[in-house]
Amino acid sequence: MTNALEVADLHVTIAGSHVLQGVSIQVPVGGVTALLGRNGVGKTTTLRALLGLVPSTGAISVLDTDVRGWSTHRIVRLGVGYVPEDRDVFAGLTVAENLRLAERVDEPRYDDVYAIFPELRERTRQRAGTLSGGQQQMVSIARALLNGWPLLLVDEPSKGLAPRLVSELADVLERVATLATVLLVEQNLAVVRRLAQRVVVLDHGEVVHTGDAHELDDPDLAKRFLGVTGVR
Amino acid sequence: MNVLLALTFSGIALGAVYFLAASGLSLIYGLMDILNFAHGLFMTLGAYAAWDVASHLPVSWGAPLLFSTALVASILGGALAAGLTEVLIIRPLYGRPIGQILVTIGLDLAVVGLLLGGFGSNSLSVPVPLWLIEATHVGGLSLPNSDFVALVAGVVVLVSLELFLRKTRYGITIRAGVENRDMVSALGINVGRAFTLVFVIGGAMAGLAGLLYAVVFSGDLISPTQGDSLLIFAFIVVVIGGLGSIRGSAVAALIVGLVQDYTNFYLGSHPGMAEIGNLSVVLLLALVLEWRPRGLFGSTL
Repeated sequence: MTNALEVADLHVTIAGSHVLQGVSIQVPVGGVTALLGRNGVGKTTTLRALLGLVPSTGAISVLDTDVRGWSTHRIVRLGVGYVPEDRDVFAGLTVAENLRLAERVDEPRYDDVYAIFPELRERTRQRAGTLSGGQQQMVSIARALLNGWPLLLVDEPSKGLAPRLVSELADVLERVATLATVLLVEQNLAVVRRLAQRVVVLDHGEVVHTGDAHELDDPDLAKRFLGVTGVR
Repeated sequence: MNVLLALTFSGIALGAVYFLAASGLSLIYGLMDILNFAHGLFMTLGAYAAWDVASHLPVSWGAPLLFSTALVASILGGALAAGLTEVLIIRPLYGRPIGQILVTIGLDLAVVGLLLGGFGSNSLSVPVPLWLIEATHVGGLSLPNSDFVALVAGVVVLVSLELFLRKTRYGITIRAGVENRDMVSALGINVGRAFTLVFVIGGAMAGLAGLLYAVVFSGDLISPTQGDSLLIFAFIVVVIGGLGSIRGSAVAALIVGLVQDYTNFYLGSHPGMAEIGNLSVVLLLALVLEWRPRGLFGSTL
């Protein structure tokens, strides 16, 4: 297996709007591949389509398995952890219950998870809805790590976090990337530069650039595709 | 004072039956976004299963054993009807909530029609032990024994349901699914199984409610349309309590039962006021929605 994930000619239409128009992405095994683009270009939809959460056409191969037409839970059980945008912790459930629901293997790796997030160990009985945004993000990432799965889809983990937390988050993701292949959707270019080896840029539902992460140093590229200037 | 106490007691018993009828409806809506109009049918089928079993068993078993068996039959009948409905009729329509709602209405009309054809529109009498028709005298009050049965059933179901939802893996899955179904499947869980389970649990409670309603409030008589009339109150309870909330259903069922009982007794005997109990419940619904549009307990379990 050279690619953890292969997507070819992925199309998604939501409520009459053609959101993805033939997206093709390869995510090689190991390290972090960042999926970039302005708001609304289809980054989140791409991740959701990979997981079968929205109907799509095109070829999707996850961990060397053709998953076209599979239901979400079967795709996930191939070994895919998902950290959604906005975290999506179950607010009415405790931290322990959130984690318990994510257990899919005989020996969930609680030791690994608590080594990365010692704070969660003290909050197992707390309702996830009463946690801070940063703590909810910990729960969300912990759920994805618990089974030691080889592929993680992480959607805008820094969104809404205070700057200090963003750098802590980057530390965590750096450790996570040593455990699994990561496809990371992220708007914070500082985080992307630090973590990603490869970048894929989406615009208007299509891939407009695929390349090495340090190409982001080219201010022209950043400006053209991401609408940002002066990132350093 | 005694009258008020006795009324309160029978109102609570009525609330217990409403709770049994409503809690499954609430769970099904919370998890699957389906307004299950076939829920009244599950109540009716539970009652008919009880009648069928009780009237085919040898009388020599004695009334208490016959009635216990009928109770079990109502639970199993409701659960079976609901499980089959989910697997055969709801499942092919996953992702099409409008279609699911319509099909539950159609199923209810069709099967109620079949029951009318098969059993006639006359009420059938469920055999019950004598003590169930009698009353217990407590400090000057005369409290019907059947009310005690409804009350105990309501409390037992409420406690077991809460334990199930809080302590078991399936229960936690259902609570999580009520919050965010997509995320449950994104954790690798087959949500479809939770759907079937919720229907089976809801159907079991509905079946029991169907039998108890007959025993407590309609003189042990069952008819093909009784579930549909009970369903209206179950919907009102679910909306007042907050869609998807079991505790909300429990509290709302008590309030609705009490309000209906009080108004029926104090106002219902006046000329032209026979339906005042039902009207008061609808007014209560309007008031609660004006004050809290999401019901008393919002949308979380």
